[in-house]
Amino acid sequence: MLEVKDIYAGYGQVQVLHGVSLDVAAGEILCVMGRNGAGKTTLLRSIMGIVQIEDGVISLEGEAINTLPGHEIPRRGIGYIPQGRRLFPELTVSENIEMGLMVRKVSRDTRDWVLDLFPRLRERLDQRAGTLSGGEQQMLATARALALRPKVLLLDEPTEGLQPSMIEQIRQVILKMKDEGFAIVLVEQRIDAVLALADRVTMIENGKSVETLTAKELGASPDKIKRYLGV
Amino acid sequence: MEFGPHLILASLEGAVIAAVLAMTAMGLSIVFGIMRVVNVAHGEFFMLGAVIAWWVAHLLGGHPAVGFIAALVFAPLLVAIIAATADRLVLQRIDYDPDRTIVGTIGLLYIIQQVTLMTFGPEARPVEAPFNQRLAIPWFEFGENGFEIYWPWGLSITSYKLFIIVAAIAILTALWVLMTKTKIGLIMRATQQDSEMARAFGVPVKRVYAWVFGLGAGLAAMGAVLVVPVQQAHYLMGHDPLLLSFIVVIIGGLGSLPGTVIAAVLIGMSDGIISVFFSPTLAKILATLLVAMVLVFRPQGLMGKLRS
Repeated sequence: MLEVKDIYAGYGQVQVLHGVSLDVAAGEILCVMGRNGAGKTTLLRSIMGIVQIEDGVISLEGEAINTLPGHEIPRRGIGYIPQGRRLFPELTVSENIEMGLMVRKVSRDTRDWVLDLFPRLRERLDQRAGTLSGGEQQMLATARALALRPKVLLLDEPTEGLQPSMIEQIRQVILKMKDEGFAIVLVEQRIDAVLALADRVTMIENGKSVETLTAKELGASPDKIKRYLGV
Repeated sequence: MEFGPHLILASLEGAVIAAVLAMTAMGLSIVFGIMRVVNVAHGEFFMLGAVIAWWVAHLLGGHPAVGFIAALVFAPLLVAIIAATADRLVLQRIDYDPDRTIVGTIGLLYIIQQVTLMTFGPEARPVEAPFNQRLAIPWFEFGENGFEIYWPWGLSITSYKLFIIVAAIAILTALWVLMTKTKIGLIMRATQQDSEMARAFGVPVKRVYAWVFGLGAGLAAMGAVLVVPVQQAHYLMGHDPLLLSFIVVIIGGLGSLPGTVIAAVLIGMSDGIISVFFSPTLAKILATLLVAMVLVFRPQGLMGKLRS
């Protein structure tokens, strides 16, 4: 579904990614792991076109998307849940979801479908997003991305700083989206979460993808976990 | 001189100033709020609105109302197109870098001003008001016959000036509806809060910026069309609106639309009242002093929020 082939990217003089490749199929969860500063967030930002790549190809269903203008990339069906949620804080819950719904033509029942996934948001439709609790904000960020009925969902540390019950809820939604046939790229630091969710794991080290293995293989080799993540 | 009737007159004159100022400052505020661009050329878009209004009314001829209504439609539209083009040709190319946009818009200021001087000329030219009845200002007294209403000699306002106030309220209400109730407004507010995320949700940010810059300039032009029947079009008329708009936007809180309206009423009314009872210069001095006070004691303005 989504394929990233040997991309190079950075911010001005600072080269962050040199040679990252990965691919994810429909109905699959691919986790991206690596130490802090390895380039995981930059990788997702490159896919969204926020960071311009200098070399390599990013393609969605065979179409190169790295040459498209930034606003066209989500319209091809990529939903982005950024690190730190990045909601529109002064907009209401309802308006934040509307921003997702407007990205591309979606069926009329999409709003209800999204709100059924997160009933809590339905109670707070007119509340400003900035006043929600951390967990509710994460739900809203997820709802906003799902509202464009994406083919590919990019999640950047969605459970960071959340309490366990909330983490479980987010986890359930991710699994549900997998069953719906979404291709999911999940950046995650916590190894237990990765082993429980992922189909395959791509390891990034110093801006380079070094290895992709199945979650089973990773679980069976604690030395690799130690080597790539230092835990 | 009786105080009461003069105060009414001064307040009405102040309200006219406030009405035009609110529209002009709103244009500046929207552009700054959404694009973070300090548009030094804003006063020239105001001036262009007045000059184009004269052209339109002059070319059409006929009844003053025909020319005026045509001007009210075409002048803001034309100015908006010019501004949007300037955004694409200049501001977009320098990536909205704060320092360079200031220099860029100063350049724009002189280009617009000098081109107007070369084509329109240095004369001040009037646009005839569509209607202009003189309305005497009533006052009352308790004389020998008890309560009496009378019309003090020489104190009057025109129906057209009252129309300016009503029109400005209508236009600003329409703008408020646009910003809060429509999809276009939602997209603009989202872009204001986080342009990077807006783009990640399919918003063509560059196009939105061009529209916003056009809208801001169009609002200034509309204010100018309203005021040109009482003030005349002149190629240097953009200075005062620019200064007062900046004063209003700083006092109201950069980027806050309600704050801009409140500050425009405050500055416009005090300008009108102080000008009538004392002098216009004192009014400007006090307004500028108020800005200094606001900057010292409440840098975010009346309604602005501190940015982290």
